[in-house]
Amino acid sequence: MANQTTPPRGLSRPGKWARGAAGVAVLFLASEALGRAGIVDRSYLPPASSITGRALELFGDTTFLFNVRVTLTAWALGMLLAIAISVPLGLLLGSVPAVNTAVRAIVEFLRPIPSVALIPLAGLVLGSGLNMEVPLIVYACSWPILFNTMYGLDDVDPTAKETLRSFGFGRIQVLLRVSLPSAAPFIATGVRLAASIALILAVGTEILSGFGDGLGMFIAQAGTAPDGTRDVLAGTLWAGCLGLVIDTLLVQAENRAFRWHKAQRSGAS
Amino acid sequence: MTAATLTAPAARRGGRAGRLARGVLHRWLPLAVLIACWEAATRASDSPFFPPPSKIAERMRDLWFSGPPSHLFLNAEAGDSIAPSLARMAFSLAACVVAGVVLGIALGRSERVLAYLEPLLQFARVIPPPTLVPVFIVLFEFGTQMQVASIIFSAIWPILLNTADGARSVDQMQMATAEAFRLSAFERIRFVILPASLPKIFAGVRLALSLSLILMVFSELLPGTTDGLGFELTNAQSQSDLPTLWSVIVLLGILGYLFNTILLAVERRFLRWHRGARKADQ
Repeated sequence: MANQTTPPRGLSRPGKWARGAAGVAVLFLASEALGRAGIVDRSYLPPASSITGRALELFGDTTFLFNVRVTLTAWALGMLLAIAISVPLGLLLGSVPAVNTAVRAIVEFLRPIPSVALIPLAGLVLGSGLNMEVPLIVYACSWPILFNTMYGLDDVDPTAKETLRSFGFGRIQVLLRVSLPSAAPFIATGVRLAASIALILAVGTEILSGFGDGLGMFIAQAGTAPDGTRDVLAGTLWAGCLGLVIDTLLVQAENRAFRWHKAQRSGAS
Repeated sequence: MTAATLTAPAARRGGRAGRLARGVLHRWLPLAVLIACWEAATRASDSPFFPPPSKIAERMRDLWFSGPPSHLFLNAEAGDSIAPSLARMAFSLAACVVAGVVLGIALGRSERVLAYLEPLLQFARVIPPPTLVPVFIVLFEFGTQMQVASIIFSAIWPILLNTADGARSVDQMQMATAEAFRLSAFERIRFVILPASLPKIFAGVRLALSLSLILMVFSELLPGTTDGLGFELTNAQSQSDLPTLWSVIVLLGILGYLFNTILLAVERRFLRWHRGARKADQ
């Protein structure tokens, strides 16, 4: 298959780093030049140096850090609950076909509802803050984890299951000793997809909720202030960094834990 | 005809019909039971937040589906609220696919250029898209322009990066063969690179589809919009009109389901030859 031959030809690792850095530097300088030459209105699109400067400044700002912490708390709580709900549910649906067929229609009906559409309803029913953020995150994040768990169970080597069964292990034992470990790489991919969705939901609900705390709230308030674009972009830079750190950590953890697994080669990106 | 020849196929057909009926029952009965329970529970509790499903269905009919059959039962109101949303989303998604695939193939085939841009692209991908919407509100005009920009900026990355990934990992032997047959650059892209990248491209499009649906609603929820389903949501929220709120949510679920089904059908059509398609793209 095509993806078994990833050609690592040409560039060395430092070469790649240098080019990447050069790319960032060019963008930085271009925005600087456009801003300073007055081609772009600075209050509309401030130059990169002032955005990064402001972002660094925010790092020492305790209220801002508090906002970031609120967002991360919602993110983490939502993710934990979503994992705690969807992995067992996925194991159940993936290993008992009768339940799967029965629940399928309900799942197919619920899944395509875009989670942000629930924000106004959740606002009315659940109020604001973590109370409303966490359930929305759980709802949105459960799907990728659930489906990847079921998909992973589909992929389990039947010989391994039969072997364990012939040694007299029960259904649950086979599930825990064979199916769960071999589905784990798929579950991890689901968790990684869910992590970015959770961040979208956390920040998105905060932007829309109108009051409260959080990184999204900071951005929304800065957006309405005159000359607030610099703060908005600094907050966005922060949000991007959070996303980058989360994504990198999860990818590294996956690579380390599942080096043995072929799904790594053909897995999602 | 003897009785024996008659009964054998009839019995088999009966068996098959029975199995089919059981299958349908097994598949749809739980959903029906759930809806019935929901109906009963909401009627019993009479909570203003949770209207019974029958009331939601009724509201949906009044809102959008009271038109003539020649218009698929859609009425004028549907044209005012559903059409603008869908038009924005379809336009943005089409733009994302075209731009993402073209740029992705270019980047995937040129390792140097990709090396220059990779950190920026990866960073753009991980920014949660809603944070940029306030920026787009400042940069673009309120309404359609801002909404299209938000959708494109969030949905293009999965397509672009997946295409680049697919184009980069085309089999060396295939490329060498194409060279030996002296295919032109266009032919190489058309007959070798594009087909080899398709599974990855579709994986990206699937992500982009759900992202664009999310951003379509999100960008309409913000103040300054005057039409669309998201606007209808905020409008209903401000009037505490819960049946309408629920109706829009159900409608969005139906639309999301339709889009997914269409995309899957297209994908199946394009990837029929690709045995491992289901494996490569989850």
